[in-house]
Amino acid sequence: MTETVIVVALLLVAVAATAAVAVRDPVRQSLVLAVLGVVLAVLFTVLQAPDVGLSQLAVGSALTPLLLLLTVRKAKRRGRRAERGRSAGGDGP
Amino acid sequence: MRLWLVAVGGAGLAALLVAACLRLPGFGGDRHPYGDRAVEAALSRHTANTVSSVTFDQRAFDTLGEMSILFAAVLGSVVLLRQTRDEHRARPEPAAVSRPVRRYALLVLPVALLTGLYVIAHGQVSPGGGFQGGVVAATALHLLYLGADYRALERLRPLAPYEAADALAASSYLVTGLAALLAGSAFLANTLLPYGTFNTLASAGTVPLLNAAIGMEVACAVVVLLAGFLDQAVEIVDEGEHDEHAEHDGGGKTGGNAADGGDHDDSGKRGK
Amino acid sequence: MTALTHVLPYLVAVWVFLAGCYGLATSRDLIHAVGCLSVCQAATYVLLLAVGYRDGGTAPVFSDVTPGSRPVVDPVVQALALTDVVVGATVTALLLALVVQVAKRHGTVDPDELSELRG
Repeated sequence: MTETVIVVALLLVAVAATAAVAVRDPVRQSLVLAVLGVVLAVLFTVLQAPDVGLSQLAVGSALTPLLLLLTVRKAKRRGRRAERGRSAGGDGP
Repeated sequence: MRLWLVAVGGAGLAALLVAACLRLPGFGGDRHPYGDRAVEAALSRHTANTVSSVTFDQRAFDTLGEMSILFAAVLGSVVLLRQTRDEHRARPEPAAVSRPVRRYALLVLPVALLTGLYVIAHGQVSPGGGFQGGVVAATALHLLYLGADYRALERLRPLAPYEAADALAASSYLVTGLAALLAGSAFLANTLLPYGTFNTLASAGTVPLLNAAIGMEVACAVVVLLAGFLDQAVEIVDEGEHDEHAEHDGGGKTGGNAADGGDHDDSGKRGK
Repeated sequence: MTALTHVLPYLVAVWVFLAGCYGLATSRDLIHAVGCLSVCQAATYVLLLAVGYRDGGTAPVFSDVTPGSRPVVDPVVQALALTDVVVGATVTALLLALVVQVAKRHGTVDPDELSELRG
């Protein structure tokens, strides 16, 4: 029984990780990474590591995706401006 | 060309890693020499949570290294994300957040904050400790961004005390280690305090002290980090950006709202 | 336990690591690359915890288990993974701060465009 649960959790981690790499859009990727964080927390709990599961849940499902989204918001706003400047033949870098 | 290089290197690495995996001791085996000794040592020092004992007692020096990495990373981020001369702060207008979200966030905020502090305080007894609890407490604070608005968050979170507390926590970890040295044993050795009663809050010698120092350090570090990123994403704009907002208000706005929606979504998920 | 389940966790760790490396190498967006790096990090946690697992073992916490009554899994690898999860997140934040700076200075987060700019 335990063995089945472990195998299922492992396969879920493999699928979620592959999806996180395959999704190219950073906004979508950060959401997939949040899912990966939750699945990893489940795996760690099944592997009898509640301490690691707890910290993975806090970091992987909340902190890392939040930081990625904030960076996307900042970088894309800049990118748009630079592109507009370049297409107008203005002061693009 | 580059893809070929990646493919060849990746295939070689994959073959080596798989070969290594096949020779590893089987998954679920019964031979864990280090684990058995660590458990013995933890029990002899009256620490119910052996993981905390390994982190803050047997490998406390390693944790000191980890903490310095954390401190350096936060310091670097703060330096990189500071406001430069060609940028200025724009007042973000409060965005409309639906009432249930607001109410839910304000309801969960104290519960999540308390959970974080509980997890820090009980690190030597039950699963948890400074690393986990610090992150939970710090992210809980940011539910205020959902429940009220950015202004309220900034009022509750004056950044300077958090930065000072971060440094204070890092140095208190060092001071605890040096105190052991002054008391006549090794640096960071767990000999300073009596080991106490097994499975109570006052057990495990200096583990609770180091645990609390790390909890404070991590919580302050995460608050400072998120503040830096939020400032960049929400408040700080440079001259060109401001002009763009004035001219093409529509385009800039929709992008901002989309990112906002995603971030709200995510914090909500953690709260549950 | 079959022969496959004896190595499956290690193979999953290898797969996750290689997937992260592939994403890192082919990424056209620095933010996406940082995300792939955190996937690589996750692989190391899976590997460490898989090494420390013991069949029929319970979590190494003795607040409600009498010491010696049940086998426990290895706490050393758990402590290693635990500290790295949190510290790794702050290092990710440092990388993202660098990305923000790159976006500010060059107006792009595509590594290929960046090397063209330099050359």
